[in-house]
Formats: sequence, structure tokens, C-alpha cells
Amino acid sequence: MSPRRRSKPAGTDSRPPVSFTLNGRAVAVDRHPMARLLDVLREDLGLTGTKEGCGEGECGACTVLLDGRPVCSCLVPLAHARGREVLTIEGLGGDHPLQRAFAEEGGAQCGACTPGMVLAALALPPRPSREQIRRGLAGNLCRCTGYEAIYRAVERQGPAAGGQESADRREPKR
Amino acid sequence: MGVVGTSVPRVDGPAKAAGATRYADDLTFPGMLFGRTIRTTVPSGRITGIHLDFDPAGFTVVDRRDIPGANAVLHLTDDQPCLVQDEVRHQAEPVLLLAHADRAALAAASVRLDYVRSEPVLDPLRSPRSHKEILIEAGDLARGFAQADLVVEGEYRTGAQEHAYIEPNAVVALPDERGGVTIHGSIQCPYYVHHALTHLLALPDDRVRVVATELGGAFGGKEDYPSVIAGHAALLALKARRPVKLVYDRAEDMLATTKRHPSVVRHRTGVTRDGRLVAMDIELVLDGGAYVTLSPVVLSRSCLHATGGYRCPNVRVAGRAMFTNTPPNGAFRGFGAPQAQFALEAHMERVADALGMDPARFRLKNVLQPGDTMPTGQRMGDDCSAEAVLREAVRRCGWARKRKSWRGTDRGIGLALFCHGGGFTGSGEARLASRCTIETTERGVRALVAATEMGQGSRTVLAQVVADGLGVPLADVEVAAPDTAVVPNSGPTVASRTSMVVGRILERCALEMRERLGGVAPAVHHRRHGPLAVTKRYEPPPGVSWDDERYRGDAYGTFAWACDVAEVRLDRDTYEVRATKLTLVQEFGRALNPVLARGQIEGGTAQGIGWALTEHVAMREGAMANAQLTDYCIPTTLDTPPLQTHIVENPYPHGACGAKGVGELPMSGPAPAIINALRHLGLDLRELPATPERVMAALDRAARSETR
Amino acid sequence: MRPPLSTLALHEPRTLRGALHLLREEAPLAPLAGCTDVFVGFNFGTEKARAFVDLSRLAALRRIRVSEGRLAIGALATYTDLARSRLVRARLPMLAAAAREVGGPQIQHRGTIGGGIANGSPAGDALPVLAAAQATVVLLSVDGERRVPFTSFYTGYRASVRRPDELIGAVEVGPVEGRQWFRKVGTRAAQTISKVVMAAVRSDAPRVALGSVAPTVVRLPRTEAALAAGAGIAEAQRVLAEEISPIDDLRSTAEYRRRVAVNLLGRFWAETGAG
Repeated sequence: MSPRRRSKPAGTDSRPPVSFTLNGRAVAVDRHPMARLLDVLREDLGLTGTKEGCGEGECGACTVLLDGRPVCSCLVPLAHARGREVLTIEGLGGDHPLQRAFAEEGGAQCGACTPGMVLAALALPPRPSREQIRRGLAGNLCRCTGYEAIYRAVERQGPAAGGQESADRREPKR
Repeated sequence: MGVVGTSVPRVDGPAKAAGATRYADDLTFPGMLFGRTIRTTVPSGRITGIHLDFDPAGFTVVDRRDIPGANAVLHLTDDQPCLVQDEVRHQAEPVLLLAHADRAALAAASVRLDYVRSEPVLDPLRSPRSHKEILIEAGDLARGFAQADLVVEGEYRTGAQEHAYIEPNAVVALPDERGGVTIHGSIQCPYYVHHALTHLLALPDDRVRVVATELGGAFGGKEDYPSVIAGHAALLALKARRPVKLVYDRAEDMLATTKRHPSVVRHRTGVTRDGRLVAMDIELVLDGGAYVTLSPVVLSRSCLHATGGYRCPNVRVAGRAMFTNTPPNGAFRGFGAPQAQFALEAHMERVADALGMDPARFRLKNVLQPGDTMPTGQRMGDDCSAEAVLREAVRRCGWARKRKSWRGTDRGIGLALFCHGGGFTGSGEARLASRCTIETTERGVRALVAATEMGQGSRTVLAQVVADGLGVPLADVEVAAPDTAVVPNSGPTVASRTSMVVGRILERCALEMRERLGGVAPAVHHRRHGPLAVTKRYEPPPGVSWDDERYRGDAYGTFAWACDVAEVRLDRDTYEVRATKLTLVQEFGRALNPVLARGQIEGGTAQGIGWALTEHVAMREGAMANAQLTDYCIPTTLDTPPLQTHIVENPYPHGACGAKGVGELPMSGPAPAIINALRHLGLDLRELPATPERVMAALDRAARSETR
Repeated sequence: MRPPLSTLALHEPRTLRGALHLLREEAPLAPLAGCTDVFVGFNFGTEKARAFVDLSRLAALRRIRVSEGRLAIGALATYTDLARSRLVRARLPMLAAAAREVGGPQIQHRGTIGGGIANGSPAGDALPVLAAAQATVVLLSVDGERRVPFTSFYTGYRASVRRPDELIGAVEVGPVEGRQWFRKVGTRAAQTISKVVMAAVRSDAPRVALGSVAPTVVRLPRTEAALAAGAGIAEAQRVLAEEISPIDDLRSTAEYRRRVAVNLLGRFWAETGAG
């Protein structure tokens, strides 16, 4: 006879919604805990700025910041967002200096990689060197720019491309 | 004082940086279903049975019997079926379409296909039939070879290349109550899709509407393929009487959609001992895949670029695009010119080597000058800056010093001279008969063109041209969404024609409207007098003539010219080649927006580097076996070197504000420049990609020939 | 195509003890941590498990510390944790080097060393490091701890001695004598699966481990013996060439892997030489 279960698996009928902070605001999503965070953002929360480019964690187009760190949301189960801070491109408000730099320096061409690229750039150390930028963005594929204009955009911003420490301190836009 | 020639920020930049731009997969409609394509898993044979092993509740199922019109994807020909009739001609060929409201149910539906298999044709050199053959001849080849002191032969190969746009193919089809359909999708050429759908669905022109959404990259991969995916979505939507969204995941996109044509090019070249080209005999074979699609046009451009920037009185170019049992290949930035010019430039390097001449000096001796003719008889004018870009590139990169001091080290430097004809080949532009319109609005003017924004910046550049033509601020100019219900057919967004050709028509519209406005602001005129619209058609540049039958005359209105210099480093432990710097000297008339132009150069160069070194399509049994981004390796930030771009201006009088095309030009340079840099290192490589495995083999050959 | 969510179950225990009980009582359960391999596996149909136990909140499994002179790395330490850890950089720098080469930043922030060990890919970047470091895998179950030498952990392609009711709790490494060396060779410079990956330690008892040349990560005892016996690098390279049996696959060829492995041995020897 098996001992009493200590915990019921989520994904059965009675499951609590998953609560987390999204772009500075508390949300609760009632969806299977193994749903991809990418799908939750795009479908349940209507935030289509985060893109699916490959579904295998290779292209980085689905990048969001999870507790300030860039991750591929196509590889994050909803359960892992519980109690955490998620920042999507929408959370920057549209006129963050880094977004302006991308728009003006040619850092965005077709724009499909841009949301993920901007968020990954946001997590770079302050005043990053060219080498630090290349390493920090190595998980974000761009097929349009050849990357040079992206470096120019990030370098133009200097300290505004904040680091993990800045990400913690920054007030998210509403 | 105008905006043309300045780097105004792209008008769609803020929305893209904000993540607010909506691509096809971001769209939802009430009652929308999701679509799925059931595909073959053998390269050739017949389908003998289709078994649906799922509960049909909630499913819409479409097979070829549901096609109201012709079972064909109509483009140049109608040989490609929309759904397999019963003969299977390639892997991943579409057979059946499913739709359901629940994506999980859709994905779980099991369909089994039975086949009788037949032996596939997989080698284009062994294929029994061609999609197209082309012959270009000039002078007398036999006499040319008789004059030669030295004859050099070689065979060069390039593999397929996958576009790897970050946004995969995606469309949504909306049926209307009268049996018509609207398509919203990631589509380069809405009118191509319109043309294909009226044929497939047996609908009149006004019952099919195609709207191109913002494209997340295309590079030619969404030029003709969307007619396939849009046809599928439309069939499902019409049968289900519900909107249907059909989006490919990355694996399906890579497996099933078009690629760059693989090529085998053989050169036989005669030169005099002082380095003058006297005979060029070129055989060019492209692998077209299972259906005709765009192969005749790709072959045409390939053949017309086969001798590139060189003067040679006796030439034969014999090209053929072959049938194989693989998914049809299609347009990819460069469209045959990169394949031809890879072979050419790699071969010219060997000729220079055989003569003991410096490669730059050999090229300078034979480079086309104004007054020279290409093999078709096209005479070069002052718009030919082949020599200028070559000299400038050599000057900027420290050529002579590095050629000497790097010999025998792990570093190499090599160059490539190349060109790209702007616009459609030959009489193509005249046949397209593109039309553009400008109309006044409450806020200024709106340009109506079918050109689509896929990242290249057309929406911004065309607005700049119109603004200056009218003498109004850029903010007063809007470019309408490419919607076939609204815009005239200004032709497809391909062939580097949008700024040069479409822009020029818009420029003429703007100049006429300016006259008719008589100094009154467009918005004011609109309020006072109602809408004012000016429409103009394409006009061929004066003095341009082309004979399609004999393949003689002016193949293109003009060519853009460039010279790339690649510096590489070889790791002798791992055989990896890293490009350490590329110098890019590119002339395309005039940069209408320098930041955007530079974006095209840098982006195209990165794709060329990928094609040269890491992008390998591994075909197994006629299908791409590495159909995932893990294993199909496009360059990351750590794979691309610093790029030094230098734009040379040489305004072309018949292009908008002096522009030639720039979108595709950059693609043809990096691969031969890198291969030639490897030759400087002592490695004889004649195939792309130059993977470390192939470099290792080349090193072994070099070592063996040294010990002989 | 991904499995329907309705077929998946996720247990989210609050404690390690709870997790271990679940593994015993609700078997078969697949442990889940960073999820980077599991979700990719769903995509490609290689992940067959449908019931999972989420370890990601068990902070006790994420610690990196030194205990009785041994470096103890919790299974949930991410590759970013490893690359940044003062302790790892000081004591096992070749592991920090390997961690920086796994995928790209996004993968490094999520993938865990325990997940990498459990996944057992023949191309796993950190695995040759653990083999060369003579690491010990600490397996946990309701019955307690079981320690297995890393070099005995795998029994075949993606198969190990881990019982279905056991968790990888930590990996422990004693002090590593000698100079450490690591090199990964892939198709491109980032986001790449290795074609050859080598970790090595130079000392009187040299150790050499390779990935991507066999169904599992391997140590090279004959090559090590040749080096230890003072045979000279050329002889050791000859031994290595015979000791491994790499294959042709989609990514590379047997010949390339063999030659590069031989060359890397030479590079290791040259770079860790006296000085």
C-alpha cells in the first residue's frame, strides 16, 4: 500500500494559478504549469512582442528577463515563473534609451530579433566593451544586420545598458 | 536640403524596438482555427493510401479534391501541384491539410501515408531532364583558345543555403461570405500570391485580397513560397468557413521551403602570358529541385553574371537548371549571381596564380571599363565602376604589404570583384509594367506601391524619395500597407529593384504632383479640392534593348559594383577559419539612406560569411537532415568579424535620385574573398562551405603536393 | 510535435525530502531543473517522460562550497553560477571555462550541472571536465546518499547507474593537482554542439578526457599512461589516435574528430608546459 501523497501534481484538475510579477505588475495565470512561458505571454497575456523563432533555445528571439537574467522563454515552464519577476519588451515602455538607440542606429531591420536582442542587451554590464557586447549577445541570432549596427546602438547607450544590479534597481515602466 | 542621402531614422524603428510591430503570427481573429500540413516522407514514388487515424470531430480536412480551380501553384509555370496529385516528387511535399481550433488536438492527429517508392534523382549532374537551358556566346571560342598561352580549368561547387529569417513562414486566411478570401501573411510579393490564388481557387481578381504583414526577414525565401502556404490556408479557410492561421515551426520551414540553388560551375579559361583573358568557356549547372518555380530566372541571372567584371572577347556560357527529387529551390539574395561569381572569382585567382601574377594586378588588367562590352553585347557606360572599387579596396586594406608579409603564416588575405544587375533581367521590367500611385490625404500624401518592408527599409526610403520629389517634410509622407485591394501592382519586392525602379516611378509621380499642386501643401490642396492622385507606369531607360530569343543586348539597366577583401586566420589544430576583418568597397549609384544602405551591406556580408564557412545543408535521401537552428549554423556575434564599409557614389541617372540596387550586391563578395584568402594561405578549396573538415583535407593535399 | 499539455504532470515538492519520496512513490518521475534539455526533447520527440518532479526551488541543491577540502557543487548550480563562482574559478577553472562555452548566455542562466550530467549527452561540454577531475557524483534517495565515481557513472549512450528513484544531488571534486586545460571545438563560436571537447590535467599523473568521440564521455587511460611514462607528446598522440573510435555523423567526420583530438592533446601539452 503506498503512503499518503505528500503533494498533488500540478496539471491535474485543481491547480492554483501561477502568480508572478510581469513588467512590474502582479499577474496570475491559470494554465498548465508546463505550458511554455512564451505561449503564456503571447496567448494568455496578449503580449506578442516576444517572438518564437525556433522553439529550441537557439535564436534568442523569445528572450525575456527572469529576475533580471535573459532566458529563452520557449524553454521556461510557467511553473518556473511563480514568484519571480518577468520583464518583456513591452515592459520597457517603448522609449527606453536603448530602444531609441536601436531604432536610430539601424539596430533593428526586420525587427523580429529586436525584442529579444534589446532585453539581452539590457542585461549587459554597464559600459560594456565591444567584446562584452559580443559575448553577451551571442545567444541572440540576427539575420538582417550582421550585428555591427546592434553594437553601435548598444555602445551609444553606454551606461543605460544596465547589468543585473541595474535590472534589480530599475523601476519598470507601467 | 532634402532628406534623400541622409540617414533619417527608419519610420518603423520605434515600433520594432518597442515590440509593438505585428507580424502574421501576432494576428488573431474571432473563430480562428489553426492549420497543419501533412507531408510526404519519401523523395519519389506514388501515394497508394492515406489513413486518418484520429477522431474527426472539430477537424477540417482538405485534400486535392477540395481545390475549386487548378491544382497548381501558378508562377512562371503550373507544374507544381498545390497538393500532391498522386505522384510524389520530393520529401515534405504537401498532401493533406488539417485545421482545428485546438492546437494540441491538431498536433496529435495521426495521419499515415502509404507509398510505392521509386528511385529518386538526387544528383543534378545525373538528372535526365532540365527545367531550363541557356546559352550565351560571344566571339569565337576556338580562336580564343588558339591564342592562349595558358589554359586553366577548374570545377567549383556551392551547396544549398537556408534563409533562416528569424520569423518563419506564416499566413492567416479569412474567408468572406461570398466565397472570396483575404490573406494576411509574411509575403514579399502580394501580387504573386494574388495571381496564384485566383488560379487555384477559380476566383475573379476582386474576390481575392492579399495583405502583406510586416515581414520578419525574407531574403527571397518569401518571394514565391508564400503562394504555397497561402493557397493551403485559403483552402482550409474556405472549407471550414472560418479564419485559418497556418504558421510553420522552424523545422518544417527548413525542411519544406525553398533554398538557394546548389551549383556546379566549370571554367576553362585561356590567357596570354602577359595576363590577358582571351577565352572563357563556362558550364553552369544549378540544382532546381522537383518543379520549375523560379529556376529559369535564377539560371538567367547566374549566366549573365558568369563572367562578372571581366573583359574577354571570346566567351561561351552554357547553363542548365536541372530537375531533382528535392524540394524546389528558389530565390535567395543574389539569385544565382553569388554562385556564378564564387566560381568565377575562385577561378580567376587560380589563373592569376598560374601566371605568377598578383591577383589584384591580374584583375586590373582585365577589368571592364566604360566602352567595353559584356558577353551579351551590353556596353559599359560611366556607370561601370569596376576598376574604381577594385583600386579603392586594394588601397584601403594594405594589400601588397599583407600579401607579402603573411605568406607562410596562419593569416591570409584575398579579394573578390563582383557585381549585381539591378532590376529584372532583360525585358522583365517592361513585362512587369509596374504602376505606382501617389495621392493626397488629410495629412499630406500617401504612396501606393506593392513593395513590402522586410527590414531593408523600403518603407522609409520610398517615403524619402517622395518627400524630396514633392518638396514636403518626410513626416507628411505615408507609404500605404501593401494590400492588393488598395495598391497598384508595382511589381515584386525582389531583384534589388525597389529603390531603383519603384522609387523612380514614385519620383516621377511626385514631380508631376508637385507641378499640379502649384506650391500648395498637399493636405491643404486635399481639403480644398478633394483627393488628387497621380499614377505612373514603368518606363525603360532610354537606349536599353534586349533580345530574349538570342539572349543579346542590355541584360540590366545598370550594374552595381563592389570589391571585398577578406582577412582570415587559420587554426591549424582545429582547421577552423576565422574571418578577422572584411573591407567592403561598394558602389550602388547613391546611398539614399546611408545607415539603411550600410545595413544592407553588413547584413548581406554576414550571410555571405555564413555561406562561405558554416552554413551547410546536409541532404539525406533528398531532405534536409539538419533542419534545426542547432545544426544549421548561421553566424552569431562571435562568428562575424569587424566590417569596414566604404560606399562609393556614382549616381545612376535612371534610378530614383541616382540609386542603383543594393540589397543583393553584398552577398556575392564574402565567399570568394574568403576562399581566395585561404588560397593565399596555400589551401586549394573549391567548394562551399569551407568547413574545417574540408580545410583539413585541403591542408593534407597541400602537404602531399609539397612532398612530391 | 510537442506532447499535449494534458498528458504532462508536474510535481512541485517544497523540500528535498519531499522530492525524494515522490521519486520513490510516484515512479517513474523524471527530474526537471533548468528545463533546457527537456523542452527541446519535447520538440524533437526524444523526451518520452510525461511526469516530472520540479527540483528548481530546492535551494539546498544549488550551493557551491568547500567541505573537508573537497569542492562540492550542488546539482542545481547553473552554468552561470559555475562561471562566476570564486570557488570554482580558483579550484576548478576548467569547469568555469566549460560553463562559459555551453550554448549562449540564456542557456547558461538556466542549464544546470546536474541536468547536464543526467542528460548524459556524449557532447556535454562539462562532462570531460568532471571526468578529468576524477569527480564523484552524489546520488540521493530516501535511503540516503550513494557516491559513484564520475568515471563509472555512465554505462552506455545516455545510460547511467542512477536508479529511477535517485537524484543527482551534487558533484564533488577533490583538490586537482596540476594545470587544468579545456577546449571545445564546434561548428561556430557560440551556440554550438561540440564536435570535439577535451579537458585535461597536467601533472605527474596526467589526465585526459574527451567528449563527442564515443557514446559517452571517456577518459583515455592508454594516452595518460604514455604521458605519465614520459613517452613524449608525439608518442602520446599516436596512442590517442588509436585509443578513440569517433564516428561520422551529421556534424562532422571520424577523421576530423580523431585529428583534432590528436592536435588538441598537443596544444594541451604545449600550453601547460613548464613556465
